[in-house]
Amino acid sequence: MRSNVFELVRTLVAVFLSLLIVFIFIVIVSKDPVRAYRLFLIGPFARISRLAEWLNQSIPLLFAGLAVAIVFQANQFSIGAEGQFLIGALGATMVALSFPEVDVIHLLVAILAGMLCGALWGVIPGLLSAYGLKEGDNLGVLVVSLMMNFIGFYTAYYTINNHFRDIYAGFMASPFIPSTSYLPFLSARYRINGGLVIAFIIAGLVWYFLYRTKWGYEIRMVGTNIGFASFNGINVKRVIIYSNVISAAVAGLAGAIEVTGLHHRYLWQSMPGYGFDGVIIALIARNNPALVPLSALFVAYLRTGGRVMERGSDVSAEMAMVLESIIVLLVTAEALLNLWQRKRLKRKVSQR
Amino acid sequence: MCGITKVYPNGVVANRNINLNVEKGEIHALLGENGAGKSTLMKILYGIERADAGKIFLEGKEVHIASPLDAIRLKIGMVHQEFMLIPSLSVAENCVLGIEPRRGLSIDRSKAIELTERFGAEFGLPVSHNEIVAELPVGMRQRVEILKVLLRGAELLILDEPTAVLTPLETEELFAALKTLVTRGKTIIFVTHKLKEVKQLADRFTVLRDGSNVGNGLVSEVSEAELVRMMVGRAIEVDVYKKRTTKPGAEVLTVKGVFYIRDGRNVLQNVSFKVRSGEIVAIAGVEGNGQAELVDILVGLRKATRGKIFLNDKEYTNAPPKEIRSQGVACIPADRIGRGVAMRASIEENLIADRYFKREFSRWWGLNKKAIREHAKNLMHVFAIRAIAPSTLVGSLSGGNIQRVVVARELSAGPQLLIADQPTRGLDVAATKFVRQRLIDERDRGAAILLVSTDLEEIMQLADRIIVMYKGSIVAHFADIESVTPELLGQYMLGVERQSEKEAEGAWNC
Repeated sequence: MRSNVFELVRTLVAVFLSLLIVFIFIVIVSKDPVRAYRLFLIGPFARISRLAEWLNQSIPLLFAGLAVAIVFQANQFSIGAEGQFLIGALGATMVALSFPEVDVIHLLVAILAGMLCGALWGVIPGLLSAYGLKEGDNLGVLVVSLMMNFIGFYTAYYTINNHFRDIYAGFMASPFIPSTSYLPFLSARYRINGGLVIAFIIAGLVWYFLYRTKWGYEIRMVGTNIGFASFNGINVKRVIIYSNVISAAVAGLAGAIEVTGLHHRYLWQSMPGYGFDGVIIALIARNNPALVPLSALFVAYLRTGGRVMERGSDVSAEMAMVLESIIVLLVTAEALLNLWQRKRLKRKVSQR
Repeated sequence: MCGITKVYPNGVVANRNINLNVEKGEIHALLGENGAGKSTLMKILYGIERADAGKIFLEGKEVHIASPLDAIRLKIGMVHQEFMLIPSLSVAENCVLGIEPRRGLSIDRSKAIELTERFGAEFGLPVSHNEIVAELPVGMRQRVEILKVLLRGAELLILDEPTAVLTPLETEELFAALKTLVTRGKTIIFVTHKLKEVKQLADRFTVLRDGSNVGNGLVSEVSEAELVRMMVGRAIEVDVYKKRTTKPGAEVLTVKGVFYIRDGRNVLQNVSFKVRSGEIVAIAGVEGNGQAELVDILVGLRKATRGKIFLNDKEYTNAPPKEIRSQGVACIPADRIGRGVAMRASIEENLIADRYFKREFSRWWGLNKKAIREHAKNLMHVFAIRAIAPSTLVGSLSGGNIQRVVVARELSAGPQLLIADQPTRGLDVAATKFVRQRLIDERDRGAAILLVSTDLEEIMQLADRIIVMYKGSIVAHFADIESVTPELLGQYMLGVERQSEKEAEGAWNC
């Protein structure tokens, strides 16, 4: 338990330090640094529309973080959430456009289709990692998942462009899906995506799955020591496959929720970057699904704050990206708080 | 070394105000059980760890050793338990690694070879410079390691449990070499927990217990019993284990004509033997003669190329590990850290690794947290695993307690066949005794036990029958333990002797 407190303190200190560093950066580049920094720090809270922007942005990040946390717990360095997200969005769009317009069922079928398509997209890297790669070849896993992202993106692009394109839209997008397949907004006025609730529920479920079920136990044991897992009779190949598939289902669900809950059409003309975002969020949350929502909200807040700062001052939003990277660096740098932790222990020992 | 104190980040006090005085030209034994702080103290001396308090003096001058580079500069060298050699390079290449003699931009190979040979000859450590390290036996690798340290100009050599992996013959050779080194003016710190070796080799000793000094002096002035008492803090009688009193029962494990071929080489060659209920059959052999592969095949982690394996007359050749375990096979693996436990998982999670899917621990597809905790508490009590709680991470336990976690899981499975692969390697006196007694208890309960060990003392103490493996074949079988001596076993282990096929077949026709 005590080590958990340490971890939390460590993360908070890392966050604080990086905010400080970013302030220094802003002082250097801005004529009015205090104003810019204030916009950055509290801007997202100043208006409800910004709040909505923040929450909406955090939803796909939250799902991506969960998806990555699952494969990372199995020690599979996969960044395939991106492709699975897009394929999930594609599946949800296609089904939403083709399925009869029946209340509730239409929506459920679309979301399930998104999940299923995402999961199927995860079967391929799962099988490849289990049978095509050597045990523990994480570079291979990385490459496979990265390539699957490109294949996924262009597959979806091709399908929408050639078969589901809205010819009246000025850009590559599918037609709007029928309103029976809409996921209700939390607030229709501010267009706050109702998927937020689902995202939190899924975070709880993923936590339960990883820490309270047999499959979750298998995933964690394979992730912590693959030799131990196989020695004790855990079927490692099977675990690698289903960890990929379940992670992909979560990513696919994210795509479906973006389509049904917010955009109401497929509109990704470039890759949204959720694969790496998921990695960042999972890293900050240390692969713990219970902490992923916090970490996703945090990252989304930084990005929203960055945009608010860009709109209202002479500092560009890239500065927020700098901040994000510094935080990840500091959080993952093991040495940082070890020092402090040590001193405390030493004092304790000498007291005894 | 004066007043050395070291606290690890996890709160373990590894060294508490320790003093160590080593005189020039002596062999100084640093004694203590596992976790007594020997390794930490030596790591501090070699600059791998830094002391939180205390000073180090070398020839009267205070020195600061912040890294192994500093240590090497001060002519301190360390031979680690795990050899720090590059297996794919030759002996000479390993020896000069990092200090290569140069000729222009390239390495002066002939000079490297000459250096290696010269040092080898001078210090009584002959090696053949062109052999690839991967192909050398353990004893030779250690010699290379020592030579490597000497080539870097070391005057003070630290040897961390150097005999743990050696056969008796190799140990003797090592001791002879060490004595030569001392006559050449070198100083040696010999870290060990084997008392016989101390008596045999060392001039003076220092004993550590629980991170503190508990004694030092001249080796010639103490008895082994006194040393034991210092090490464990109480008297422990010399280990005698009950031999089998009952006749062995039915055949439990039958291994028939097993071959394992890797890269066209016979790693296992026509291995056949039986283990019956209520007996301990030991496989003796120098490491790397096929024992590891045999164990892997028996537990399903490797597939036999040919041959058959039966448990109670039911064939299970090349079945997956889970199925083999469900038939009643358990195994204490040699690679504790890599296979036996998950260091970053809790004790309770480690204890259910082979049974989490059983009905007691899971309902539907969820896990029964309460039952898992009770199970862990119970086993921690029965197997005397010392830890704060079942949720304690295994990685924070001492070596002995880690092995207790493994033993607890494997024995509580109630196996019909128990494979114990180097079950006490690296364990301290108390943990060793505990594990050995457990094996005896299991035998008396009626389990069939296959003991794989390179420790001849262990084999002599526990085995009811002995098989010797050399280069993947069974070269000897002894049904009558009384007639066997460690020296005799050593002859077979090193391939000097070999029983006739008929004799060795006793492993099968017992």
